Amino acid sequence: MILCKVIGSIVSTIKHDSYRNKKIMLVRPISPDGKFKSGTMVAIDTVRAGEGDTVLVMSEGRSTMDILELKNREPLRSIIVGVVDRIDTISSQLKK
Amino acid sequence: MKLGRIQGKVWATVKDPKLNNCTLYILQPVDEDENPIGMAQVAVDTVSSREGDLVYWVGGAEATFPFPDRQIPSDVTIVGLVDRLDLRKQ
Repeated sequence: MILCKVIGSIVSTIKHDSYRNKKIMLVRPISPDGKFKSGTMVAIDTVRAGEGDTVLVMSEGRSTMDILELKNREPLRSIIVGVVDRIDTISSQLKK
Repeated sequence: MKLGRIQGKVWATVKDPKLNNCTLYILQPVDEDENPIGMAQVAVDTVSSREGDLVYWVGGAEATFPFPDRQIPSDVTIVGLVDRLDLRKQ
């Protein structure tokens, strides 16, 4: 899983059936101290994350299948699985 | 999944029979500001997109799953058309 920040959402009418009734968000990877990294991704939301939230994003098809309880294999890969409240790192403690 | 901008079409007469009736596009992965991410790829289309469209695509093993009755030999597959991006102003 990687840390990301939700930067927006996507409005899409024509899409694969497996994306129907799902919230499609735009997330951008961040470092633990909150700096943006490159590689913006599109991810399905399952935890009602909002724009600006720091989230946990998983990019693995089999796990996505398990979380969404899909019976068939579908072209879904990236999924938001958690909203991060706080990150404690050694460097953040040194700053105090 | 990532965003991409369709830049062109690829014509291939001789290809794997499983790719018959699939449209192949040159797809440049982009970020939210349309900056390119990495190299352009050749992608299989499943949503009747056109050249110039902003789309989202799936890579890896999941790219082979869009058709329930058959697996396609693809590692980049377009799965949706972007109508609008709602971005948080930073």
